Formats: sequence, C-alpha cells, structure tokens
Amino acid sequence: MSSGYAVVGEARGRYEAWSPVRGSEIIADHLAMEGATLPILHAMQGAFGYVPQDAVPLIADALNLSRAEVHGTMTFYHDFRHEPAGKHVVKVCVAEACQAAGGNVTSDRIAKALDCAFGETRPDGQVTLEPIYCLGLCSCSPSAMVNGRLIGRLDDEAIDEIAAECRS
Amino acid sequence: MSARIYVPGDAAAVALGADRVAKAFEEAFRARGLEVQITRNGSRGMHWLEPMVEVVTSAGRIAYGPVKARDVAGLLDAGFLDGKGHELRLGDPEEIPFFKRQQRFTFARCGLIDPVSLDEYRANGGYKGLERAIELGGPATIEEVFESGLRGRGGAGFPTGIKWRTVGQTPPQQKYIVCNADEGDSGTFADRMIMEGDPFTLIEGMTIAGVGVGATKGYVYCRSEYPHAIKAMNAAIKVARKAGYLGKRVAGSDYDFDMEVREGAGAYVCGEETSLLESIEGKRGLVRAKPPLPAHKGLFGRPTVINNVVSLCSVPFIMANGAKSYADVGFGRSRGTMPIQLAGNVKQGGLFEIAFGITLGELVEDVAGGTFTGKPIRAVQVGGPLGAYLPRHQFDTPFDYEAFTKIDALIGHGGVVIFDEDVDMARMARFAMEFCAVESCGKCTPCRIGSTRGVETLDKVIAGQDRERNLAVVEDLCHTMKLGSLCALGGFTPYPVMSAITHFPEDFGRGRPLSVAAE
Repeated sequence: MSSGYAVVGEARGRYEAWSPVRGSEIIADHLAMEGATLPILHAMQGAFGYVPQDAVPLIADALNLSRAEVHGTMTFYHDFRHEPAGKHVVKVCVAEACQAAGGNVTSDRIAKALDCAFGETRPDGQVTLEPIYCLGLCSCSPSAMVNGRLIGRLDDEAIDEIAAECRS
Repeated sequence: MSARIYVPGDAAAVALGADRVAKAFEEAFRARGLEVQITRNGSRGMHWLEPMVEVVTSAGRIAYGPVKARDVAGLLDAGFLDGKGHELRLGDPEEIPFFKRQQRFTFARCGLIDPVSLDEYRANGGYKGLERAIELGGPATIEEVFESGLRGRGGAGFPTGIKWRTVGQTPPQQKYIVCNADEGDSGTFADRMIMEGDPFTLIEGMTIAGVGVGATKGYVYCRSEYPHAIKAMNAAIKVARKAGYLGKRVAGSDYDFDMEVREGAGAYVCGEETSLLESIEGKRGLVRAKPPLPAHKGLFGRPTVINNVVSLCSVPFIMANGAKSYADVGFGRSRGTMPIQLAGNVKQGGLFEIAFGITLGELVEDVAGGTFTGKPIRAVQVGGPLGAYLPRHQFDTPFDYEAFTKIDALIGHGGVVIFDEDVDMARMARFAMEFCAVESCGKCTPCRIGSTRGVETLDKVIAGQDRERNLAVVEDLCHTMKLGSLCALGGFTPYPVMSAITHFPEDFGRGRPLSVAAE
C-alpha cells in the first residue's frame, strides 16, 4: 500500500485539438468561481497544450470582459503558451541558487545536448527548452523539470538521460 | 500490525529519486511476500541525505540515506526492516546533529506524519490551536497572535497581529484570508516543504485567522512551479472538509470557513501582496498603490488578511501553546523561530528551524558545513533575488530583522544561498537587474526602465568601458529605484546590486576589497 505524488507529465500526445464546443464547456465548468480567468486559462492549456487565440473572445464573452482584458491577462503570465509546445518540455532553473552550484555551465550543456536554444522549440517540434526561475529545489541544485518530472543535482549523467528521453 | 516505512514524497526528495526508491521497495516487498506499508511523508529537511527512508522498529524510527533504488535489495538483506546495520544507516533521525540542534515549532510534524492523515495530525497536537481559538473567540485570538510577536515571514516582517486587528475591526461583511504561497525567491523552499509535508497546519492556521477576524473564505495562491504542493494541499483540503474541519460550522463551532487553492502562472511579482490579489481576481498582476491597505480593501475590494505560508503555519503552535511560549525565544524584536533554508553551493543543505539570533557564520560554516565543492565561501545571498550579498566579514551578523537592516541587508523569507570563490559578483549584480527587468510588472517607471538601463550599464562595466562613470550611473539608478519604486521588486533590487559593488569591488575593476585592504 502506498500513496504517491506523481505528477502527470506535459507531453504533446495527450492534448486534444482545439474545438469551440470543448472550449465553451471548459468555461462553463468555471463560471461559478470568483475570479475565474486564471483557472480557465490553466484549464484551456491543460486541455489543448496552449491557449488558442480563438479561446480569448469566448472567455471575454462568458466573463463579461473585453477581449483586451483577457488578452492582457493571458500575455502577462509566463506560463500561458500561445502555441503548442514541443513533444518534450524541458525547464531548467536559472536562478541564483542553481547558478551558485554551477547552473550556468549545466544550462549551456543542456542547450547543446538538446540542440535547442533557451526560450525556443526545436524546428522539428521534438523539444521545447525554457528557463525557469526557481523550482524550490535550491538545496539540491542545479535542477530541472523534464516533462513534469523533477530532477535535482543535475550532472552529466542526468543530462545524457534527459537528451535520451527527448529523442524518444 | 504490519511493518511500516516512510519514503518522502517531498519534491526535493522526489527530484533525487524518491519515487524510484518507493517503487523499488514496493516491488521488493511483493517479490519477498512481505506486508509493509509505505507512507510518503514530508521531508525532515536534511536534503543532502535525501531520499532518506525511515523504518518503524521496536526502538523507534531508524533512518537510512541517501538511498538509491539500487540499494533496496541490499538494505532488505541487511535487516533494514529491523533497523539493523548498513553503510547507509543514520540511526534515529532526530538525533542527527543538524536536526537535534533545531527548535521545531512550525515544522514539528513535517516529515513525521502522513501528510494527508487527519488522525496522525490530531495525534501529534493538530487542531489544538483551533479548539482554543474557538473557545477564546475572535478578538482574544487576535490578541494572542499579537502577543506572540509573530512578524510576517514572507519578507517584510510586519507584525501579523496588527494586520489581523485591522481586518478584525472592519464592520462585519464578506472578508477573506489569503495565503501567499507564491514562494518565488531563489534559495527558499519552506512554504513548499510544509505544504507538502504538513498541509493541515496551513489549513488550521488559515481557519484560526478566519475565526479571528470574521472571514469565511480563504484562498491559497500557490505558484505553478509547485505541482506537488498544490496536489498535497488539495488532498488535505478535501479530507478536512469531509471531517467537518472546513465548511459550515467548523469543528462543530458557530464559525463557517472554507478555502481553495489558486494556481499562479509563473509571475514572480505576484508574490507582492497587491499583485497577488489582482491575480486571484483574474487580472494582470499589476501592483496596487497603497493606501488603501488590503486589510481595508483587499480581495474583490473586501477586507483581507494576506499572510505568508510560514506566518499562518506558525499560528497553530502559538494558539495551542500560548503566545508566551513562542515569544520566549528569539532575539530583540524578532520573536519566535525562523525556518532558515540553506541552499546553493552547500554541503549540508536543507531546512533548519531555529530561534532568531543565530549568526550567519554559524549557519553557513557550522550548520551547513560550508560548500559542496569544498572551496571557501566567498559570498552569501540572504533573502532571495532582492537580498544583499554578504561577504565573510559580515558573518557575525545575528539572524534578526533589525540587525540585517542595519547592514543594508534583509532576511526576507529566510533563504540563504552560498557561493564559493568561483563566483563572479559583477555577473550576479547584472543578473539581479536582469531578473527585475524580466519580472517587473511594468506599472512604475523606476522598476520598469531602471532595471533595463541597469543591465545595459552593468554590461558596459563588465566590458571595461568607462568603468567609474558607468558605476556612478548604476549607483544613481539604484538610488532612484530604491526610493521611487511602487513595491519591493524595484525597491529592493538595489540591495544585491549595491552590496556586490560595495563588498566585492575587485569584480568590478575597482581593486581590492576594503575588508582585505584593512587587514
């Protein structure tokens, strides 16, 4: 008997294609909430892998907001994607505690191993590499999150494993 | 009774392979036909020993660590289930010097109990604080918190009791308790650890706040980078609601209180309280000008208590044991304990809860054991990306709000990031400005434009271009940002920048540091 906290990974395969009907359903599920905008945007991204442009007017209508307000909220936050991510998503912490433990060198190695620059999705759509400011793993840095899975004390072996995972 | 082992489900332990270890144990037990219960507990906070597995024996709990999945078979062969010898055996986890030296008030249950078992929470002192608050009533509860001397653990250090009083004195209406769990500071993880390891403490703390000020609804605004914490909080809220500890007539009293978790979306500035409120309301996380204070016009324009996770988690202890038992420890005007987080290039990293007053040097040299790389410590950043870099000659500073203010530094949320002698302080100063530029909400000019100009100017300094003139520009920018910014993001970014320039001038082409020159 055991209970775990395994977190579901972020991988392209599990996302649905955008449909206005499904989008409206997601909005309807959240209408009873106070301040529903962020929960709806999260739910959209959870379902489609990004927040489709077509979702913005639907959300605005349902919440009695202007499109500009919804667009403004969505673009303020680093989390919300405007287009689908790569098949694998690698987030590497670049904050001070990770830098103190050699994070700058590690980040460069990961970018090289994945053949992908930070903030970009590789042209073949296989991997998205993003900088992240702190995963709260500062006592076992440098750290990263690969497809939702946490990795601490990144070393060359871990980087090789990440690269292998991103080839699949 | 079947045997029981603990494998932490804490995110740091998981990042070091705890899920694989738990799975390896599960498979080994099945293969050997053993009936063993595996509990995914929180972390005890000794992260260099994670994954630290504990087994319940007749002589109490015995710890082993750091355990890798490939160690499992060997451990079982060596008699791990009876607590027998093995090279990874650490003995009683509470006798490990790092742990034994602590004063665990707030984190007493973290790592000890099954995080989502209400029975275990109650068996270890849980909900005694709420019972007393209900008995005392709102005003007396607020006074108890005031008397404890508790100050906001998020960074500002504002007396929690005064915030509560202000909200308590507003006329009855919809009021809110908002928990700031947007722990964005690099080097901090106390909020994450307690939400994952002892989530009922936060629920109880927020419920007590609700009873105190007359609020019936609470929100935990947790950053999206903490999926484990969000999951643990949601699981615990469900259990508490089912048991009558949330909802109508909490614990059979006349008070109503319910709460939910809201997920952030990757904006550091939302850790600033007014920006956080805007974010819950569904808007861009723009900082609000104060006044009005959130205590008067907070969430949705209603009176709102907004406190950090650790502040709220300190309340159950205070209510259960009395204000005096908390206020009795501490240093100067900093009363009680602080969960200090030791991070970065650290040998023994983790969470260390102790009364205020311990010196920075004791913390980083004795408790943390210096650097992981084994090289001498050159600088320590305390208080996150907005905290100052401190050189060795300031290591005698006691951990205390006022003592840190006196040396142009801050203790913030208690994060201590250690750097060895390889650190380039000019690069760290530039990073501080860059971080501010990336995360600025854009509302006020000093922060929005000052940070970008800061990056450009520091780039010139680093390139050796007109160094003195450009450093003068950086100093001028810092002065403007410090005095003219709307919130701590722009207002405190000068701390890391100026402390780097002041204490490590040689990294900016200014010769030897004063501390060395004087020797």
